[in-house]
Amino acid sequence: MSRFHITWDKGVGLFLVFTILLGTFSSEYFATTSNLTFIIRDVAEIAIIALAMAYLIIAGEIDLSVASMLSLSSATIGFLYRAEVPFEVAMVGGVLVGLLAGLFNGFLVTVLGLPSLAVTIATLALYRGMCWILLGNKPVNQLPSEWVNLGYSQIPGTFLPWTIIPVVVLAGLAWFVLHGTRFGRWVFAIGVNSQAAEFSGIPVRRVKLALFGFTGIMSGIAGVIYTLRFASSSPDGAVGYELGVIAAVLFGGVSIAGGIGTIWGVISAVLSLGVIRSALQLIDFSANALLVVSGSLLLISVIAPQVTDYVRNLRSTVSTTKQIQKNERVNHE
Amino acid sequence: MNKQFKRSITAVAGAFLAFTLVGCASTTEAEVTESAAAGTTETTEALKIAIMPKAINIGYFAAWDEGAQKACEELGAECDYIGPNEATGPAQVQFINQVIQKGYDILVISAADQNAIVPSLEEARAAGITIVTSDADVAAEAAGSRLVSILPSAADRIGTAEVDWIAESVGETGTIAILSAAATAANQNVWIDAMGPYLEETYPNMSWAGGSLDSAVFYGDDDPTKSTEQFNAILNQYPDIAGIIAPTTVGVLAAAAEKKAKGAAVKVTGLGLPSEMAPYIEDGTVEKVGLWNPIDLGYVAVYAGVLGFNGDFDGSVGSTFEAGDTTYTVTDGGIAFLGDPFTFTPDNIATFKEIY
Repeated sequence: MSRFHITWDKGVGLFLVFTILLGTFSSEYFATTSNLTFIIRDVAEIAIIALAMAYLIIAGEIDLSVASMLSLSSATIGFLYRAEVPFEVAMVGGVLVGLLAGLFNGFLVTVLGLPSLAVTIATLALYRGMCWILLGNKPVNQLPSEWVNLGYSQIPGTFLPWTIIPVVVLAGLAWFVLHGTRFGRWVFAIGVNSQAAEFSGIPVRRVKLALFGFTGIMSGIAGVIYTLRFASSSPDGAVGYELGVIAAVLFGGVSIAGGIGTIWGVISAVLSLGVIRSALQLIDFSANALLVVSGSLLLISVIAPQVTDYVRNLRSTVSTTKQIQKNERVNHE
Repeated sequence: MNKQFKRSITAVAGAFLAFTLVGCASTTEAEVTESAAAGTTETTEALKIAIMPKAINIGYFAAWDEGAQKACEELGAECDYIGPNEATGPAQVQFINQVIQKGYDILVISAADQNAIVPSLEEARAAGITIVTSDADVAAEAAGSRLVSILPSAADRIGTAEVDWIAESVGETGTIAILSAAATAANQNVWIDAMGPYLEETYPNMSWAGGSLDSAVFYGDDDPTKSTEQFNAILNQYPDIAGIIAPTTVGVLAAAAEKKAKGAAVKVTGLGLPSEMAPYIEDGTVEKVGLWNPIDLGYVAVYAGVLGFNGDFDGSVGSTFEAGDTTYTVTDGGIAFLGDPFTFTPDNIATFKEIY
C-alpha cells in the first residue's frame, strides 16, 4: 500500500495527458488558446484550496468549511470596500479573515480535541451565516476595474490568465514544503500514526493547528481570486466548492485514511477534472451527464487502489500457497 | 519495479476504459447532431442560439425554453438549451465559456447571479455574441453587458393588474384587503404601493378595508399556516370584506384553500402558480389568478436576439421590435416588459397547469 501512491499519482498524470488528447480529437474547439485560458481560470480557486486540503488529509484531518471560508473572505472584501476601505486593504482583510477562520477550526480540533469532520461541518454553516450577516442580501459590485480585470484577463502577450501566477507559486511552495522539508515529513508521519509521531517528538497539535491556519489562508486567497473573477462579493459565493476540492484531492491519490499523497498528483487531478469538464461540455454533454461522469471518476479513484491491493494480495497468497505445496512435496519426498 | 509498473497500468487502464466507454457514447451523439446541423447549413445559414436557464432541471425554465424553441422554429434558427444544474453564477460562467468557445451567434440567458456572470458576458460580447437577458436581468450598473432585457411586467403594473382582477370579481364595489408575504418583502411592497392610489382613482365604489391601505394589508410571511391565520384574521376584523388580493403564490394558495374549507363568500385573486391553483380555479373557488408567462419570455427574447444580431434592433431606450404579432418598446434601463401579467382562468388552466 505504501508504494502504491507513487504509481497512482503517475497514473493521474498520464490520465491528464489522455484527457487532453481525447479533448483534442473529439472537438475542434478544445485545443485552442482561449479554451486553455478558460480551463486554467476555472480551476484556480479549487487548485489553491486543494493544495492545503492535501496537507490536511495526509495528516489525517479534513476541513469541510473551505468554501464557506472562501466566501467569508470574499464577503469581508465586499463589506470593507462598501465601508469605503481601500480595495487593496480590503483584500488583505479577506485573507486575514480566512486565516482566523482556519485557526478557529484548528483550535477546536487541536485544543478542544473535537473531530475535524464534525467541527468543520458546523463551521461550514457558521462561516456561511457570517457572510449573510456581513453583506445582508445585497451583493457588492462595482469593484475597482483595474483589479477586477486581473481576475479574468490574460497576461499581456500570452493566453495565460493572471490567476495562473498565484496557482503556480503556491503549488511550487506547497510541493517543496511537503516533499522537501522536515515539516513535510512530519505531516506524513502524523497521518500514518499520530500517536507514534507524538512519541517520536513531533509537535503534532501545533503542526495540525498550522495546517488548519494554512487551509484558512489558502481559502482566503482563493476568496480574493473569486471576488476578482466574478467582479462581485456575494454572500452565497462558491456554495458546494468543498466537494470539488475534496474530489480533486482524492482523485489525485491522497489517501482518505491519511499518510499518503503528493502535490503533483493533486495538481494533475485538478487539471484533469477541469479538462474533462471542458472536453465533455464541448461535445455537448449536458450538466446532468457531467455530474455522472465526475461522480464515476471519484468512485474509480476510491475503488481502484482497493482493487489493485486485492489483486496483489491474491497474487501473493497464490504464490505463498504454491510455495507451501512445493515445500510439502519436498517433505513428502 | 517492473511489476509495480504493470500494476499502475492496470489501475490507469481501468480509469481509461470507463472514460472511453463514455467517450464512445458521446461521439455517436455528437455525430448525429453534427450531421443534422450539416443538413440545415447547406440550405440556409442558420443562426446558432444558446438558450441558458439559471439551471436546466427547473420546470419553469422548461416552459421558458418551449417559447424560445417556438421562436427558433419560426425564425429558422438552431437553438440549444444548455446550462448548469445548479443555479449559481459561477456554474453559469462555465457554460458561457462553452458558448463563446463554440462560436454561438446569440445567447439568451436568465441570470442566476446579477453580478457574477457580468465579466463573462462582457467577454462573450467582445467575441461578437449578441446577448439578451430574459426572466432575470443583470445588475442595473451592468446593463451595458447585454443588448436588452426581456422581463415580465413593470412593477407597478403587477400591482394594478391585480386590482383590476379583484374589481372584476367583486363587480367594482366593496372593501378590499391584501394578504401579502413578509412585511419586508421588497417586490410585494412595490406592488402594494402601486395598488393603493390605483384603486382609489380607478374604482370610486371600492375602498381599502379599514379606510386606508395600511389598515388593509396583512402579512402571511409566505408561510402556509401563517397565511391561513391571517386570511381568517381579515374575515374576523372585516366581516363585510368583498375581496382579498394575495400578491404571493403561497398566500393566494392558502387563501383559496381556506375560502373553500369555510365556504366563505369573499373573492380571492392574486399571483398564483397554475399547477397549484388549478383545483380551485376548476371548481370555481377562485375565478382568476395571474403570473408572468415564461413561454412568452423565452419567445420574445429569441426574437429580440435575432433582430439585434441582424442589426434591425439596437436595444436603445425607446426603440421597438416585433415578436409574433406584438410590438415591444424598450424602456429605461434597456428593459422591454411583456405587458400585463398572464391570467389563468377556467378556459386555459388545463393547459398551463401541466407546464408550471
